Formats: sequence, C-alpha cells, structure tokens
Amino acid sequence: MRKSLEKYYRIDKLPHIWCPGCGNGIITGALVRAIDNLKLDKDKICIVSGIGCSSRAPGYLNFNTLHTTHGRALAFATGIKLARPELKVIVLTGDGDCAAIGGNHFIHACRRNIDITTIVFNNSIYGMTSGQYSPLTPVGAYATTAPYGNIDRNFDLCKLAEAAGATYVARGTVYHVPQLIKFIEKALLHKGFSVVETISTCPTYFGRKNKLGSPVRMMEMLRDNTVSAKAAEKMSKEELASKIVIGEFAEINAPEYTEEYMKIIKRAQGEE
Amino acid sequence: MSSMPRLMQGNEACIEGAIAAGMRFYAGYPITPSTEIAELAAEKLPKVGGKFIQMEDEIASMGAVIGASLAGLKAMTATSGPGFSLKQENIGFACLTEVPCVIVNVQRGGPSTGQPTLPAQGDVMQARWGTHGDHPIIVLSPSYVREVFDLTVRAFNLSEKYRVPCILLMDEVVGHLREKVQLPDPASLKIINRKKPDLSKISHYNPYQDYDGDGIPPMVNFGEGIPYHVTGLIHDITGFPSTKPEVTEYLITRLMRKIYNNIDDIVEYEKHFTEDAETVIVSFGSTARSAIRAVKILRSEGEKVGLIRLKTIWPFPRKAFRELPSTVRNVIVAEMNFGQLIETVEAACEGKFNIFGLNKYNGELMSPDEVIAKVREVNKNA
Repeated sequence: MRKSLEKYYRIDKLPHIWCPGCGNGIITGALVRAIDNLKLDKDKICIVSGIGCSSRAPGYLNFNTLHTTHGRALAFATGIKLARPELKVIVLTGDGDCAAIGGNHFIHACRRNIDITTIVFNNSIYGMTSGQYSPLTPVGAYATTAPYGNIDRNFDLCKLAEAAGATYVARGTVYHVPQLIKFIEKALLHKGFSVVETISTCPTYFGRKNKLGSPVRMMEMLRDNTVSAKAAEKMSKEELASKIVIGEFAEINAPEYTEEYMKIIKRAQGEE
Repeated sequence: MSSMPRLMQGNEACIEGAIAAGMRFYAGYPITPSTEIAELAAEKLPKVGGKFIQMEDEIASMGAVIGASLAGLKAMTATSGPGFSLKQENIGFACLTEVPCVIVNVQRGGPSTGQPTLPAQGDVMQARWGTHGDHPIIVLSPSYVREVFDLTVRAFNLSEKYRVPCILLMDEVVGHLREKVQLPDPASLKIINRKKPDLSKISHYNPYQDYDGDGIPPMVNFGEGIPYHVTGLIHDITGFPSTKPEVTEYLITRLMRKIYNNIDDIVEYEKHFTEDAETVIVSFGSTARSAIRAVKILRSEGEKVGLIRLKTIWPFPRKAFRELPSTVRNVIVAEMNFGQLIETVEAACEGKFNIFGLNKYNGELMSPDEVIAKVREVNKNA
C-alpha cells in the first residue's frame, strides 16, 4: 500500500476478515484511491454499510463509519445526508444486502436522487452465511440453497437502478481496477444518486460451488467474459448471454433531493 | 409567554412538543391513527429549518431517524401497531448503539392489521420487549392532550440524556381527542441535549467509553471531525466488534444500569386518594381518565378507592406500589388489552395485595361505569 493512503485506513484493524482471493479488498482499495485522487475532505466523508461480507469494509476505513442492519444502509444514509447535506455519504453494500432485503430502499433512493454514492459489491452469493443464492446469482448457478441449480431469474442491477431513477450508473469489476477507480471518482463527483455495481469474486463459496477454479482463474474469467457497454451495443442477445457488460449506463442531470428540500425550507419560511 | 388556549388534538400536541424540545428531523410512513403527526411534521418542520421525509416504509423511517440523530439532529418518527412491529429491528439498533431518538406509537387494535381506527393498549409489552435481546428502553404514556405535549418534551430529554430510544406510547383516544390546551412558553421549558466529551481532556475519543462513570458515554456527532465506528454488533469501548465474554457482559450491564440506576429520575406517576385507600386502581393512557372519574364518583359515595396513574410505564415504577399504605387490600389493573401490565404489577406488589384485572379489548373505550362496577365487585367479594 502507498504510504499516502494509510491515513484512510484503520491499520490496527487489519488484517481483514475476508477470505484469500476475495475481491472485496480490491473494491475497498479502489474507493480509497478515488477519494485520494479527488482530494476529498476526509472529515466530511461518512461511510455506511449494511450486513454481509461487503459491509465489513467500513470498519477498516478511517472515517465516520456506520455498520447498520441488514439491507438498511441506504435508509440510515438518507437520514445522515438529509440532516447534514454537506457530508459526502457513501454506501457500501452487497448483492444480497442491496438487491434482496434492501431492494425497496435501493429503488426509492434511486427515485429520490439523493446525493449518495452506492457501491455494490456483487460477488453473486451470500458469502457471510456461506453460500446461499442472491437476487444477482445467475440462473443455473449453484448455491447451498440452490443445490440443483438456481431457477430464480437475476436482476440486472444497473438496469434496475437506471429505471428507478438513479442519475449515475456504472458497472465495473475487480479485474478492471483503473476503470473501477474512474467510475467511483465520477460517482463521487456526481450530484445525485450514483451507483457503481462492482463484480467481485468469491472463490470460497461461489467459486467452489460452481467449480470455477482458483482465485486467479476467477479473475481471468472476469477478464475474458466482460464486454464494454459500447461493444455490447453491436452484439446480439445470444452473443451477450454469458457476458458481463461493463461501463457507464447513465449520467443524467436531475434535481437532487437535499437541494430540493432546501427550497422547501425557503418556501415554508415565505422567502420564495 | 404561554400560547392562547386552543382546541388541539393529541397528535398535534405531540408535534408541538417535539418541535419545542428541539426536534429538527422527522421520517415517517402514513398509518392510522398516527398520520396527523407526519402531516404536521411535514408542514411545521421546514418553517423552523428542520427536515421531514416520508420514507418508503416503516423500517426505512426508523433507519433514517437514527442516521439523522447520529448526524446531530434530534429526530422522531410516529407509527401505530403494524408499523411499530416493523420498526423494532432498528429500535434495537438504536438501543445497542445508544443513538437518541423518539418513537411515537399511537396504539390501535391488534394483532396484525387489527382495528386501525379503534382504541387499544395492546402494545404495552411490545414497547418493552419488541426488539430482540436484552436492551433498555423508556416508555411514557400520556392521558391528556396537554400531557402529550409535556411527555413528548420529556421523551426527547430522557432520550438525549440517557442515549436511549424513548417510546411515547399513546392510544387512539389520546391521539385523536381534541381538548382545550394552553401550551407553555417555549423559553420556560427545560431542554436537555446529548452530552459532549470534553475533548481538551481526552487524547483519543472512544465513542463508548464511560468517561464520567455514569454509564452514559459522551457523544460526538458524525461530521464533527472525529472519525469513529458505529456498529450493531456487540462492541468494546472503541466501538469495534468484540466477542469477548467480559466485553459483552460489560456492555449489556452498562446499557441496563444507565437506565435502572436512574429509575427515580425517569419514572413519573400520579397517586390519587391512595392515603387511606382499600382498593387501588392502576391505569395509564386514556383508560386512566375513566378510572379517575370512577374514583371521584366512588369517593363521593364514601368508597375508599384510589388510583395510581402511570406516566412512565417502562422502566416500571415499582416504587409506587411499595409506597402504598397498609390499608390497601386490593389492586385493580385497568387496561385496554387482555391483561398485559397486570403481571408486572403483580410482581411489584410482592404478594401484599389481591390483584384483579379489568380488561377491555373489543375496540371500545373503557367507561367509568365499567371501572365502578369492577371496584364494587372486588370490594364485595374480597
């Protein structure tokens, strides 16, 4: 780790709890690098998470950090942001935390366009509880609760976010790190609700259950199975079936919730 | 200066009290019979620079309230029966992480969707033990519209002082009843704010360290320049998770003791005609109004009847029962449920009195006549 990045970490809390080969540390590192590149005021950053492997990340980060209840990070984050709009509020969540138990909070945070950056650690599985299928587990994949293959159709989280009203939406992977840092930087600078879905690797549960090989092999699969959003435009549905599309899907200017609320305050006080 | 007397609903008095106590954040979800509280919060909060948000559900409302409080605003939500059930998860989070907040539950008939527009007092035990695990909580219960104002202020004060969620347990009658009310001069109110650490004396702030020996850690708000961690996991004084037995036991003990060591500061109750009473009624909320009417009528007829009206339900004011004179033989617990508080009253009476339940759970308010009939029945048989 670069010496200059150490201030963002709680070094005394390391080593982390994640398994060897887990992609979560890469995402956490990408976030820290994005914050450093943008020279954001450390004291004005607040990081909120839910429950699961992803949501342990804030514990290692030296900011005001809040590890909430399962799926509810966005609800807590909404309270923080509305109470103190000057804070940069970042939510770290997982595929189960965000899209299953937190799905309702997610779509409504998108709809409100409140200025919060959400980074979804998508490892396609509930890792903390050792390998159950999530709403982002691909159809046909195996999990401890899908011993005969998963028949639950998975969300395309970026399409969901975009349809629900999020104004910056991107998908990256833990293999394409410079691009991921760029997406997180853009999300942090974006005024409104921003989502960066990051495809992560879980060799211990998803990899093992689905016979995907070593952590390195899983990284190579991310390299080989991804196509850019631009390239995907020219591909057929069949060609895209087994591919992960990465890139930016939405970047829109729209009224931001806390700014709109400040107008409400002025209106109520008769200044407008 | 006190305001001009005006006709006011309990739910309105609640918002007036909350704003007077310094509430500047409200997150809620519509539910009968508490909805007026949300509507009035939406109208009144921006006028004082506060924030209102209608969240996507009850769970999110509770989460947003905790987030806002951590960020430094006094925060509240209001709900009823089914919504109160949904809030329990995050109420537990606020108990463990010691984030001050006020939760209003305007009780209606239950279980489940139950009877949204009808009165009940069936959430007495849920208010105490609704969220899982050992936890402290404070529950206040007003009987009058003016008292809704006073106890809402008190709920914020106790919540801030002890860093504990405080539940204002109203019932449909108190919430919707309109009475003539004169509100006090806001400047005359005693307002308590959360304790801050003296950072000149602390080299490194531990968010859950009992610096003052009173069991209540001083609180720095998020965004005030001191990075620290808050988690719903059992944690040590630094705020980080721990599974050590001594850390776990210390934390749970401190959480409980900060409330129970201050029980005399927290509990409030009224005694009416108990000095020479032979039969004492125990009641709270709107039911206590029928009970007090019944006591007055019975007294005028020479019956030696008294009343304990609970304003604090949890922690339970056991002291009120230790203080009862030796003349007392019977205690009647009047509540609009199948019998919830009666067992706690029974324990508090330590076998000294005959205990009777007067229960109503058909969606109708308990009348003074029913209380009178019960007293007569008890006095005849006991």
